[in-house]
Amino acid sequence: MERQGDAPPDEVAIALSIEGPHGPVIHATNRTARLAGIAVGARVVDMRAICPDLCVEYADPQGDRQALERLMLWSRRWCPWTVVDGVDGLILDTTGSDHLWGGETAMLEKIEVRLSLLGVTARLAVAPTWGAAWAMARHGGVRAICPEGGIATALAPLPVAGLRLDSDTVLLLQRLGLKTIGALVDVPRMSLARRFVQSPLAANPLLRLDQATGVLAEPVASKDVPVRMRAEVRLADPIHDPTHFLPLLCDDLCAQLARAGLGCRKLRLTVYHTDGEVSAIDLAIAAPSRDGRHLHGLFKGKLDRINPGFGFDLIALDAGMVEPLGTVQTRLDRTVEDDLHLPQLMDRLAARFGQKAVRHPQLQASHIPERAESWGTAATLTTDAPLKDRPIRLLTHAEEIHVLYAVPEGPPAQFIWRRQTYRVTRYEGPERIAPEWWTDRPRTRLRDYFKVEDQAGRRLWLYREGLHEDGRGGDPRWYLHGIFA
Amino acid sequence: MIHITLPCAADVLWAMEEGLRCCAIGAVIGEVWGTPPVLNFTATRRLATRAEAGGLPCWLIRRGATPDLSAARHRWRVASLPSEAHPHDPQAPGNPRWQVELFRSRQISPGTWVATHDRAADRVDFSAAFRYGAVAEGDGAAGRRASG
Repeated sequence: MERQGDAPPDEVAIALSIEGPHGPVIHATNRTARLAGIAVGARVVDMRAICPDLCVEYADPQGDRQALERLMLWSRRWCPWTVVDGVDGLILDTTGSDHLWGGETAMLEKIEVRLSLLGVTARLAVAPTWGAAWAMARHGGVRAICPEGGIATALAPLPVAGLRLDSDTVLLLQRLGLKTIGALVDVPRMSLARRFVQSPLAANPLLRLDQATGVLAEPVASKDVPVRMRAEVRLADPIHDPTHFLPLLCDDLCAQLARAGLGCRKLRLTVYHTDGEVSAIDLAIAAPSRDGRHLHGLFKGKLDRINPGFGFDLIALDAGMVEPLGTVQTRLDRTVEDDLHLPQLMDRLAARFGQKAVRHPQLQASHIPERAESWGTAATLTTDAPLKDRPIRLLTHAEEIHVLYAVPEGPPAQFIWRRQTYRVTRYEGPERIAPEWWTDRPRTRLRDYFKVEDQAGRRLWLYREGLHEDGRGGDPRWYLHGIFA
Repeated sequence: MIHITLPCAADVLWAMEEGLRCCAIGAVIGEVWGTPPVLNFTATRRLATRAEAGGLPCWLIRRGATPDLSAARHRWRVASLPSEAHPHDPQAPGNPRWQVELFRSRQISPGTWVATHDRAADRVDFSAAFRYGAVAEGDGAAGRRASG
């Protein structure tokens, strides 16, 4: 983990906002803003009235969640089992690992120091159960430690909000006069059970109390770290050309992938130069694969990009975007199944000509011809039915033409395109396509499309942009947009 | 459909050959403008033998080209013709038609046809050629040629 950015100065009141149903609301504040009276959950406009020099930024909940995931993996340095708890917490199962850090008190201090070096402010607590640790960390003292068997006494002075209840239930308990967890424990269990027996877990103080005191088990189910698939070669002497080691690396990586039943969709070849430089080649693959010969073939012609310099002594091949890839037998005889051939063809083409050159058309929900079809990259191959009654060639930019017509709203009689004159013998249309008001600029004009044919049989697609006196500019202009077969 | 746009003709030929080696696709259509030097007899012969070995149809569309040496099995010249009459609207063009001339082939004797695209059935019909009054000789789009 590296420290990300620098925190703004403490004397500036800063708040993060998210979109609420009635405009932005405060999501988080710093200490200065909190002292100035900025409340989390209040509307930004109201808080600006309280504190005019409040600095508001947009929150990034998605980024926060990802950062918390990374922090969760990082915190496995203290103990093997860690999980993310809600949106702002981590649970570490330190059973049996605290003595490695010199006891619980010393461990908490070390964790806090390391986190503050990362720029993270943390409130830490140690307790025998998940629920008790949650309550002590948020509502207890600094680096509180709850001894084994002392949960009831440790929790008794804490407010009921420490029981991980939703805000309605907390409000209800406070109205009932039950302000602390100790007061809640003193109420006879039967009378509370009668009231809360139907409630879900987040609104049920009895179940939450049982979880906090350890009557109801709440184990820490730690997620496994995704396995890194990597093959590497360490060399005694620096070399200048990795070509000879590539088949070996590919075979090694594919053997690892096959053992795990996986296939990769990205490859990265990294070479570590003797002078400390690192250079890499990235490849994308259309379908998950673990075919060593295929993967090796994709590097053909790509290795020239590496500048050897003083040579390199470590070559590594990483597999990215690892997906499960089963072994499927589709035929009894030994002929290869051909569904794999198409992705491999796409890979070979994309490896030679670049990802952007290999495209396929995708239909979009739009009537405007240039938006009705977009180009997707090879990685997103789908099959769409082609559009009917559209020209075989659509010009990327419609070309303006000079038109003679009999009536202003009618079809063209003759037009000049690329300095050639065409006489229209037959026409079909107009097909009117209105602008898309939700994307187009306000004064975009409608289009009347005509399919025309000249005397030589050229079939062209013209359109008139706008109508006479539609109040959106001068006389309508004519364009040629496509060519039929 | 996979679409590849490439700046030079040699790459187009390479991509077509690569496509013909793959048995999962239905057909390969290449389009080359003009007469580049790489598209010589050897190149067309490679394409033709590759297509026959793989059993895949392969078309090479040439636009703005002069008919030179080629190993294509069938060579066609296609020009546009006025469309058929529309069944419901006398003003509108109906099914599109082309004049199709097979000028070199090994299996079939050369000849000229009129091809009509039947839109309702999505099918191209060939009928015997006849002289259409309004079309002057040699008018129409540039010569095209197919191989495969």
